[in-house]
Amino acid sequence: MSSGGIKIDKVVDARGSHCPGPLMELIKAIKNSEVGQVVAVYSTDSGSKTDIPLWVKKAGHELIGVYERDGYTEFVVKKTR
Amino acid sequence: MKKIVILGGGTGGTVVANILARKISREAEITLVNNSPQHIYQPGFLYLALGEILDESKITREEEKLLDRKIRLVIDNAVKIDVQNRMVILSSGKQLEYDYLVISTGSRIVPEEVQGYEASYHFYSLDGARRLYEALERFREGVIAVGIGGIPYKCPPAPAEFCCLLDYYFTKRGIRNKVEIHYLSPLPRTFPHEAVAEAITKMMEKKGIHWHPMFNIESIDPEKKIVNSLEGESLKFDLLVMVPPHRGAEVIEASGLGVDGGWVPVDKHTLQYKDYSEVYAIGDATNLPVSKSGAAAHFEAKIVADRISSEIMGDEPRAMYDGRVLCFCDAGFRKAIYMDFNYERPPKKPRFSYLWYLGKQMVNKFYWSLILKGIV
Ligand SMILES: Cc1cc2nc3c(=O)[nH]c(=O)nc-3n(C[C@H](O)[C@H](O)[C@H](O)COP(=O)(O)OP(=O)(O)OC[C@H]3O[C@@H](n4cnc5c(N)ncnc54)[C@H](O)[C@@H]3O)c2cc1C
Repeated sequence: MSSGGIKIDKVVDARGSHCPGPLMELIKAIKNSEVGQVVAVYSTDSGSKTDIPLWVKKAGHELIGVYERDGYTEFVVKKTR
Repeated sequence: MKKIVILGGGTGGTVVANILARKISREAEITLVNNSPQHIYQPGFLYLALGEILDESKITREEEKLLDRKIRLVIDNAVKIDVQNRMVILSSGKQLEYDYLVISTGSRIVPEEVQGYEASYHFYSLDGARRLYEALERFREGVIAVGIGGIPYKCPPAPAEFCCLLDYYFTKRGIRNKVEIHYLSPLPRTFPHEAVAEAITKMMEKKGIHWHPMFNIESIDPEKKIVNSLEGESLKFDLLVMVPPHRGAEVIEASGLGVDGGWVPVDKHTLQYKDYSEVYAIGDATNLPVSKSGAAAHFEAKIVADRISSEIMGDEPRAMYDGRVLCFCDAGFRKAIYMDFNYERPPKKPRFSYLWYLGKQMVNKFYWSLILKGIV
């Protein structure tokens, strides 16, 4: 799978998740990934646009991109440490 | 006669079995396998840890007494699920063939995945709750930190709820001014959903509970009594309550059915496992992005019972899970909030009230009868 030419190793479909929510799903996926792997998370939660970039920065990973899709947002994150 | 095997007799498995027994016991033989004769009401762990319940028998019952008599209960541990050959193998060596399988094996806690976990306490098992109760009774002053050692975990609001209940507990003991309560939130807010987070944050601030954003516990230094986050921060504590990491049941991992820590991947509406339309998973065992809660397990159980019975009766299985979860969170001082949401509908901004506190008491009471029997 790819997004903007980047190879995605894992897709997390968190659309419709209000609790635990897309960020918790992302944290779980990042913990279960190897350094260098790329995770895409799909979200319909308006809060994701602030909380996902905030957490990715604080945890020291890389936010490769945020893409508006049809009815949801895709966040692509690389595990860097 | 069709053979239905249900693995795990917790909330989800018991509800699914009881509904099926009511609907199709003439057309199907229903077997439920549970690895313990006891059924435990897990939300009771919170009350046990805080001394609101002293008698453990208040939160446990014999599983046999909770099941419709038409259900065959097998007390054994499932060690392998063979979806190709539609068979389950038990510890005793017994093999169970099935036409339909419902996996409701829940989750298990693995505190040992966090380095230094020995220095922490938790309320995620009977033993854990008992130990925590004793530690709290000994506690006179200092810093209590409550945090999360791994995602996903059961009942996402439970640690925030526990902080509010600690505030109530120490107030009742008359030493609240000597205790600092710190909530280590895995997220930038106190709760996943913004509207709910706003209400919980306000409540925590009112109670003087300190909260730390984006603090996912990575390790603990038992000597120095310091907890470290994977985001690079640390906090010194006197008593640490850590929600332990969770994994799916061992049988899921041993059978190669799980992903990302042993969670069974299922369709978010039909609850079927991959292309195996006769295999369902419900409750904590799944990898669905809904909270690992008794409420979700209960709603999913009703959907699965409906789908299996429709099919056995020769109809199309039409019931679909809409992601519904409802939950009551006790904030102490006889106040609680209530949330009800699904995949399409987010939770509304909650209000703390005595009414919802009573709602929670009703759930605690009617769990054994109305809920487990699948009547509501
Ligand atoms: C402290 C705490 C507070 C909570 N508060 C709430 C709340 O307020 N509201 C809410 O909705 N939920 C709450 N929950 C969560 C709720 O208890 C669980 O989500 C719910 O029990 C899940 O149901 P389940 O059927 O999926 O799994 P479980 O109820 O855990 O049942 C799984 C069963 O499978 C059995 N099993 C596992 N492996 C095997 C095997 N290999 N062979 C045979 N049997 C096996 C286990 O022994 C167990 O009986 C809370 C949980 C905790 C710990």
